[in-house]
Amino acid sequence: MSSTTRSGPAISVAGLTKTYRARDREVRALDGVDFSVEPGTVLGLLGPNGAGKSTTVKILTTLSSADSGTATVAGYDVAREARDVRHAIGYVSQKPGFDPIGTGVENLVLAGRVYGMSARTARERAGELLERFGLADSGRRLARTWSGGMQRKLDVAMSLMHRPQVLFLDEPTTGLDPEARADMWAEIAHLAADDGLAVLLTTHYLEEADHLAQRLVIVDHGRVVVSGTPDALKRGLSGDAIAVELADCSEVERASGVLSGLARVRELTRDLDTLRARVDDGGAALLEVMAALDAADLRLSAATVSRPSLDDVYLRYAGRTFASAEAASVPGGRAREEVAA
Amino acid sequence: MTTALVHTRLLTERSLRTLARQPAYLAFTLIQPLVWLLLFGQLFRNVVELPGFGGENYLTYLTPGIAVMTAMFSAGWAGTGFIVAMDRGVMDRDLTSPVGRGALMASSLASQSVTIAIQTVIVMAVGVVAGARFDGGALGWTVVIVAAVLLGCVFAALSNAVALLVRQQEALIGISQFLTLPLTFLSSVMLAPALMPEWVATVARLNPVDWAAVASREALSASPDWSMVGGRLGLLLVLAVLMAALATRAFRAYQRST
Ligand SMILES: Nc1ncnc2c1ncn2[C@@H]1O[C@H](COP(=O)(O)OP(=O)(O)O)[C@@H](O)[C@H]1O
Ligand SMILES: [Mg+2]
Repeated sequence: MSSTTRSGPAISVAGLTKTYRARDREVRALDGVDFSVEPGTVLGLLGPNGAGKSTTVKILTTLSSADSGTATVAGYDVAREARDVRHAIGYVSQKPGFDPIGTGVENLVLAGRVYGMSARTARERAGELLERFGLADSGRRLARTWSGGMQRKLDVAMSLMHRPQVLFLDEPTTGLDPEARADMWAEIAHLAADDGLAVLLTTHYLEEADHLAQRLVIVDHGRVVVSGTPDALKRGLSGDAIAVELADCSEVERASGVLSGLARVRELTRDLDTLRARVDDGGAALLEVMAALDAADLRLSAATVSRPSLDDVYLRYAGRTFASAEAASVPGGRAREEVAA
Repeated sequence: MTTALVHTRLLTERSLRTLARQPAYLAFTLIQPLVWLLLFGQLFRNVVELPGFGGENYLTYLTPGIAVMTAMFSAGWAGTGFIVAMDRGVMDRDLTSPVGRGALMASSLASQSVTIAIQTVIVMAVGVVAGARFDGGALGWTVVIVAAVLLGCVFAALSNAVALLVRQQEALIGISQFLTLPLTFLSSVMLAPALMPEWVATVARLNPVDWAAVASREALSASPDWSMVGGRLGLLLVLAVLMAALATRAFRAYQRST
């Protein structure tokens, strides 16, 4: 089914805009969104509630249409070649897409058969996916009796039945408990790495985006505020934080003098026995710092490098902390199950 | 085309499976019509002595009408299926798959038709047990089922369209309250046209509920006028196809607002 691949990016989005008109008010859900996703990679579309993530996904999956801008998925134009797009994609929407009165097997088989799979092929593929997602024991039970984590995995499995090239996962772990979330992360990580899928994952969990996505697009108010690899985004801030703790606190003054002579070291601060600084490329910088201290015959009891978090990235580019954006989005938006950690 | 038929069949199977696992829903829309059948059958037992009923047993007159009325009541709730599918992500999943909107509509009407056929047989059987006598035989019963199914498709399509446009269960209650009751009273379901005020009789001739009731009673009579039966069924068929086509366009409204 995925034999007719066109070359180029799996998803390419340019200048998408969309305004929802509901009776008395207008909501500009997308205000010029651009990004692309390469095959075999996971792109994290990260943003607080109401940022426009689902709207983007709905346009790319042909469910909704943009007011302006263009988008291709698997090489097909979402507006003009919707039929081809539909064959090439799998879509897990934010809401559960399985039939609760059907069993796991029934849901999976139907999901495959609408793409033209024979009953037999669909049953085999269903068995394979149930096995892979650890659902084989429950396959013959009605899906409404399953746990939330299992149901979400069923949604993902259904979207994989026809072996799509591009997979859309709209907040796949929202509302799951930590254990089910970790479980889902492991499954998603496999999808791009082992199956060569292009995955567009939306999330409002910073940690999830950091963990799963090779590239991040951070959106807010329907605009891309910044994009890049998680590491590049964080490096793009003031750099990594390093801290060295001296074995002898009376040497702090002298150590500070040594470090301030190093070109990479910025924003050097000290308290009692510990020196802190901002550096580019923390790993290499730490080695340099340790070598310089060693050369000056200064002994350390501990040394750490820590990277800036995505929270720092969001603060820098969106001008507010992620948590405050989440809190601000509640009125007018959809009901929120929980607030991002 | 064949793909559309395959999709229709697959989705119809899904709906019927749900129905088979929750048969209580089938009974839910049967209660009111059966109460009507037995209550009015008793209350108006003597109405047949008035001219216009041909002196037959009133239950014989009333039962086919109640059967098609049941179809209309029941079909008015068809949109519930779409609302549930929209509230969950099922509709969105279907619309982003190769399944066409026509197949989504057709499968809803097909599973609704199965429900209606079963309900029609139940209403007719209850009528017979209560004392109705039909001369028409198997062919007559078949016509009643066909008429009920076609009328049901008209209202199921309407219900689905309202569901797609308004996305609220409450709106469907409006269909049953503000449409089906007046349409029943502005038809020959309960009363022979000869007993109706002139304007009611005129309106009744344009009322699809009346078409279904007239065709059903005629087909169950001892010597049916088949051209009249065929004409009414033809009208119902045309209307059902028209409504289904219009309702399918309502998917656009859903997709525009989603
Ligand atoms: N169907 C709709 N009708 C009207 N407004 C909508 C609709 N869907 C989303 N919106 C609005 O558009 C904005 C973006 O929503 P959405 O894309 O769902 O955000 P996210 O998925 O990032 O939480 C929000 O302000 C939301 O309220
Ligand atoms: Mg969303």
